[in-house]
Amino acid sequence: MKLSPKTATLLVLVLLIALSPLLFPSGYYYRVGALIFVNAIAVTGIVILTGYAGQISLGHAGFAGIGAYACALAPVHLGLHPGLAMVLGAVISGLMAFLVGRPILRLKGYYLGVATLGFGILISMVLNNERQLTGGPDGMEVPDLGLRGLLKDAGLDLTNGQFWYWFCGIAVIIGAWLALNLFNSPSGRALRALHGSEVAARTVGVDVTRLKLQAFVISAVYASVSGSLLALQNKFITPDVAGFMHSIEMVTMAVLGGVGSVLGAIFGAAVLTLLPQVLTVFAEYEQMVLGLVMMLVMIFLPQGLLPSILRRFRRGDE
Amino acid sequence: MSALLTVEGLGISFGGLKAVDEVGFAVRPGEIVSIIGPNGAGKTTLFNMISGVYLPGRGRVTLNGEDVTGMEPHLLAARGLSRTFQNLQIFQSMTVLENVMAGFHLKERGPVLADLFNLPSSRRRAAEAASGAIELLARVGLDKAAGREAGNLSYGALKRLEIARALALSPRILLLDEPAAGCNAVETEEIDHLIAEVARSGVAILLVEHDMKMVMRISNHVVVLDHGQKIAEGDPAKISRDPAVIAAYLGTEAADAEG
Repeated sequence: MKLSPKTATLLVLVLLIALSPLLFPSGYYYRVGALIFVNAIAVTGIVILTGYAGQISLGHAGFAGIGAYACALAPVHLGLHPGLAMVLGAVISGLMAFLVGRPILRLKGYYLGVATLGFGILISMVLNNERQLTGGPDGMEVPDLGLRGLLKDAGLDLTNGQFWYWFCGIAVIIGAWLALNLFNSPSGRALRALHGSEVAARTVGVDVTRLKLQAFVISAVYASVSGSLLALQNKFITPDVAGFMHSIEMVTMAVLGGVGSVLGAIFGAAVLTLLPQVLTVFAEYEQMVLGLVMMLVMIFLPQGLLPSILRRFRRGDE
Repeated sequence: MSALLTVEGLGISFGGLKAVDEVGFAVRPGEIVSIIGPNGAGKTTLFNMISGVYLPGRGRVTLNGEDVTGMEPHLLAARGLSRTFQNLQIFQSMTVLENVMAGFHLKERGPVLADLFNLPSSRRRAAEAASGAIELLARVGLDKAAGREAGNLSYGALKRLEIARALALSPRILLLDEPAAGCNAVETEEIDHLIAEVARSGVAILLVEHDMKMVMRISNHVVVLDHGQKIAEGDPAKISRDPAVIAAYLGTEAADAEG
């Protein structure tokens, strides 16, 4: 029996997430895994926006910021449960993406890049400057999600690292499932069509403005959820989550791993989250080595790590 | 029968140059109208204005009694206007089947949430588009290539793929921009038959084509452009005798063909 690409991708993801802990030498690796998953969720959103629809955003960390600070602020000021605060953050991010996306998605290529960059910087500035509300650059505390306690009462005692590993791991699988559903759906086809040829997509009836906006909103919700999960597991958040570097990281992870494929992009997130940890042996040259690796990948494997590797395997088969 | 598409006094200028000026004609259902003219005569520009890709500077386009001048392409598509492109506009990294399925967009589209959650309604819409697309691929002889990435197809096959995608809209009027360009004699004849068959089913066809034999064979009506202006129009027999046309276009072309 031949598996569909969707089933195969999900199966690989589930197995990797479920079996990796067997190889963890210490509890610390649960924490690293959970960080990979947080990035993987944001990057899956980038796959929808950039890989499917061909639109670039250099400001998606802004939405991660909204998601993160929703979890910090809403429980304190609105008395909302942190879990519901995450939902609220996603709704606000989606609305924000809708309002911001309407005018700026008319722009193409690097004009769109610069406009989204502006949006990200704006959010980051607000978080830095509204000290009374956000604590400014010092950051602020985030209340506990409370789910781990509930699980413990139910007889499932997990360490903090284990809990976030499994919680974020499940979120990654759900996120990937949604993105893979979209890929082969009528909407996904229209997105990929406008990526391939905007003029042809319009002439077959695709309302390009509307479709781009949908992709932008969906990817913003992914980024927002990613930011919320980061805030909730760290129980502390600083404006860096909305910073320019974080936006660049998301795009880099997606492009490095292969922006056209969900699995590739998640692989990219894993590589770029792990690499700095591995590269600490290079001490102060860490950033240089990281930059060099990225340049070499883009020069020699322009489609991204995973698609290039898979292609090489397939060629071996023939 | 009354006209499906009427073009009146249509014109556009690019930096002071009148690329198309005061062009008018009409196309009735089931009729094949060809637009011919030397390179740079403004044929593709005219197509781009009719199909909403360019905003016309002057004039009026009426589709089925409705003024659609400057209307966006996706709205024209919903009103039954479909087109192909001279310089191919294929969705390169999608499969051949997916390219044609994209042509079913107006029939298969639905709420994006249904698509995200892979609801039965979404699957049903996609399945209908897929079966329709397979039928169309068989019609243009590409059914065996359905699973291949479109970018890997030969030029002639891509031309037919574009026609299949345009037909997926079930158009009332089909604009074909040089459908036989770069195709060999056999392929040209196949496209020729396909166009005639589509026209017989009641679809109006507006054709830009350089292959004069094909134009003269299948057209009901021919419009001749030169330097953006209409210099003649009429049935193929009349056009091939028109002195202005021979001077502007057929003169050199016919001499080349016979020499």
